[in-house]
Amino acid sequence: MAKVEQKGTLSKSDLRDFFREMLLIRRFEEKVEERFRAGELPGFLHVAIGQEAVAVGVCRALEEGDIIASTHRAHGHTLAKGTTPNELMAELYGKLEGCSHGYGGSMHLYDVDRGNMGANAVVGGGLPAITGAALAFKFRGEPRVAVAFFGDGATNIGTFHESLNLAQLWQVPAVFVCENNHWAESTPGWQHMPIEDISQRAVAYGMKAVKVDGQDVEAVHKATRKALEHARSGKGPVFMAVETFRLVGHYIGDPQVYRSKEELEEAREKHDPLDQLRARLELSDDEVEEIDREVQEVVDASVEFAKSGTDPKPEDALKNIYA
Amino acid sequence: MPELSYREAVRDALSRAMRDDDDVFIMGEDIAEMGGSMGVTQGMVDEFGPERVRNTPISEMALAGAAIGAAMQGMRPVAEIMYEDFLTLATEQIVNQAAKHRYMSGGQLSVPVTFRTQGGAGWSPGAQHAQQLEAWFVHIPGLKVVFASTPSDVRGLLWSAIYDDNPVVFFEHRTLYGLKEEVPDELEPIPLGQARVHREGEDVTVIATGRLVHEALSAAQEAESDGVSVEVVDPRTLQPLDEEALINSVKKTNRCVVAHEAVTRMGFGAEVASVIQYGAFDWLDAPIERVGAKFAPLPFAPVMEEFVVPHANDVLDAIRRTVGRNGN
Repeated sequence: MAKVEQKGTLSKSDLRDFFREMLLIRRFEEKVEERFRAGELPGFLHVAIGQEAVAVGVCRALEEGDIIASTHRAHGHTLAKGTTPNELMAELYGKLEGCSHGYGGSMHLYDVDRGNMGANAVVGGGLPAITGAALAFKFRGEPRVAVAFFGDGATNIGTFHESLNLAQLWQVPAVFVCENNHWAESTPGWQHMPIEDISQRAVAYGMKAVKVDGQDVEAVHKATRKALEHARSGKGPVFMAVETFRLVGHYIGDPQVYRSKEELEEAREKHDPLDQLRARLELSDDEVEEIDREVQEVVDASVEFAKSGTDPKPEDALKNIYA
Repeated sequence: MPELSYREAVRDALSRAMRDDDDVFIMGEDIAEMGGSMGVTQGMVDEFGPERVRNTPISEMALAGAAIGAAMQGMRPVAEIMYEDFLTLATEQIVNQAAKHRYMSGGQLSVPVTFRTQGGAGWSPGAQHAQQLEAWFVHIPGLKVVFASTPSDVRGLLWSAIYDDNPVVFFEHRTLYGLKEEVPDELEPIPLGQARVHREGEDVTVIATGRLVHEALSAAQEAESDGVSVEVVDPRTLQPLDEEALINSVKKTNRCVVAHEAVTRMGFGAEVASVIQYGAFDWLDAPIERVGAKFAPLPFAPVMEEFVVPHANDVLDAIRRTVGRNGN
């Protein structure tokens, strides 16, 4: 993906580019849902509809050499970090052409050459390794930053606390991006966390914490650039408390019996990051339709690519266990 | 040839690797100024500094996971887990992360990390400071598992573990740290997956790990005076396992005893017994005997601890039982 050239400030064309990418992620995930319901995709799938501005805002702020670790809700992060829709879709179909060559699936998306060190299906599981990767960058004096994505649910698990403590103690170049969608699977924030302000958890470790509107891609991008600069210049890690909305269920097929229809409708009406960016860019219906057609073609082509991909041989299961 | 204790041999391997290679560093609880709870890393902070001899908080998940993250960036960290019992706290990271990143990524990543840890009974720490949990990790595809029983072995094997591109769980035995042996000036790496025959014999093979290698050697000497010739073999690496060496030994002696300090039930010996019965079935003159701890947590009172864990006399009894079957 093209990088934003002018650091710090975003031109209208940058933002238009962000819009296109967010829409691509949205259409990609809608297609994933459709193909899953059609019985074509194996496994267990989680989409991040509503959280596209976080993926794009953060990943577009990264420099060459920066790395990410993602979560079970990883399609958006993976696309935004540069994996092509073809490679991602092929992975979801379990093909050798997939970004994890059919060994990972939706919850274990990797693209090491592009700096994606893996999505993690254990909540909070990827945080310690991000601290360790950042330690390696510090050891070697490399101007790189390691970035962890995780949700509000992960802030209750030990790996989160131990990793933040260690990262701050060792002043490593890491950025912890908490996508606070206020749901830990089916459990609302008020049932899983005794505090309102999630950034206090980072403050408790003495870590710099910032609060960000995760539905505003420009705000996410700006906050991320600042956080990266802080981490890269040796001032230590940063915690980003990003307020966002999961406009769908926990997994594809989740009947969401735990969530009121009114609340969901309201969130969809008022907090869709695509609507917000579209309004900011003052895009006409024709302009949106044109971009939409373009990304739909890319998504449709990815399904064709994936379906015509190579199935692994059963015995390939015994490869890649040891180096 | 210099004489090194098992403790010094571990330190020697770590220090040599760190002198040779900036990518190697060690991290763990109390390993810097204190020199580690077992004194293994004593003095290393003076030579290598606190960055590379890195004290961590009491935080096993993060220290194991940080080592994994640094390894995925191409470093070769050695993380010390102070007691095997505390591996339980790091197990998510070792089992779900270290063991699986290479696989889940379809071969894009390697995780060249070593987790050093120690355990073993004989000093009455009770139930949470001396367990022998090596078998758990043998059950996980993607991990390699080493259990060294002598100074020369621990040195050569640790070197190989550090330079292996896979995650290795490296077990040391607490009661062996003071054991001394002459070792060559040059460190000779010992390939992972190669058993060692400690003593050749004709009548029974004892396959033993860790402290039980030494108990087996004492038992073998005792048996010798009864006219029974005992071969003692230490697999040294539990995964990968040198099946051929174990099977060949039993094909020669026709009898087998498997011995370890861990609880017998689902212990590593169960796997070895299976390998032997399958690979040497037609050569066996007696059922395979097993020696291990009784099925109890480790008790505190010395008389109870002594009762639970196996000793040379338990190995000797097993040797006598198998010889007593006499092929009938």
